[in-house]
Amino acid sequence: MAEIRVNPTRMELKKLRVRYETARRGHKLLKDKRDELMRLFLEVVSECKSLREEVQTALAAAHGSFTLAAATTHPKMLEAALLLPKAKTEIAVSYKNRMSVTVPVFECDRLGATDTANYGLAFTSGELDAATATFGQTMPLMLRLAEREKEAMLLAQEIERTRRRVNALEHIMMPQYLTAIKSIKMKLDENERGNITRLMKVKDMILKANLSQKYSYFPDEE
Amino acid sequence: MYNIAMIGDRFSIGAFVALGVATFEANDRETAARVLADLVRSQKYAVVFVTEELLAALGDEITRYKDLPLPAITAIPGKNGATGYGMTALSRATERAVGTDILFKE
Repeated sequence: MAEIRVNPTRMELKKLRVRYETARRGHKLLKDKRDELMRLFLEVVSECKSLREEVQTALAAAHGSFTLAAATTHPKMLEAALLLPKAKTEIAVSYKNRMSVTVPVFECDRLGATDTANYGLAFTSGELDAATATFGQTMPLMLRLAEREKEAMLLAQEIERTRRRVNALEHIMMPQYLTAIKSIKMKLDENERGNITRLMKVKDMILKANLSQKYSYFPDEE
Repeated sequence: MYNIAMIGDRFSIGAFVALGVATFEANDRETAARVLADLVRSQKYAVVFVTEELLAALGDEITRYKDLPLPAITAIPGKNGATGYGMTALSRATERAVGTDILFKE
């Protein structure tokens, strides 16, 4: 692991301690965020699952009735009937914020849609009316599924990103700071010990010098 | 205001025309990819439904649109019924988020 190279000074030690503290707090926060995102995600995904199952059965039925309609209507007529629809489905999109993830919310607005079919009834069969009605009923379900699935995908992306951040802080940044702090501390302690030894040595030398000076007054005693 | 688009084979998209959905016929990967790219670029469509068969054929083509907030590209069973691709996509998202697929594994 690459170490952080710093000057072993008290200034650096103080700075590193502040950075370590920030990293530790950030790690705790991000971990909480990840947990909450995960809870949200699992909720959304299980809703998606049931919605998808619903859509699948509904669409299977709708396609079945459309097949019936296509069989009972002349292909040319069917094409002509579906060529120019009067109805127009539009969606209003608003956004909501879920744990700092911006997710779209769809609101369906069907313009010009009526209960009656929007094609001529003269050359089309009753089955076609039934088929389009079934598709119409499935549409809100499909939109809800699209909305939820998009939310799930965006949440998944955010969870992945947050997880990487949490791991980077936990396994790279924080240990790096800790080793740097430790090495500075050791270096400072070493300097301190060196200083004390030097002082003791100097004191010894001064003492010795003083003593020899003292004895020099009484040369006879020696 | 945004519109809804639907990409698929002629029969699967047929009835959606009557509902006022913008339908685009595509029978192979290349056409579908081109249409999808156009739709995303136009920024007029909030939801793009694609039949499961086509979406499965597109494969990695859609990953670049996955992380955009719009449009929501959703797999829809076509005329041949569900192929299970939609569920696979969901389980893949779970795997991406959780690290392992805990919801869909039997």
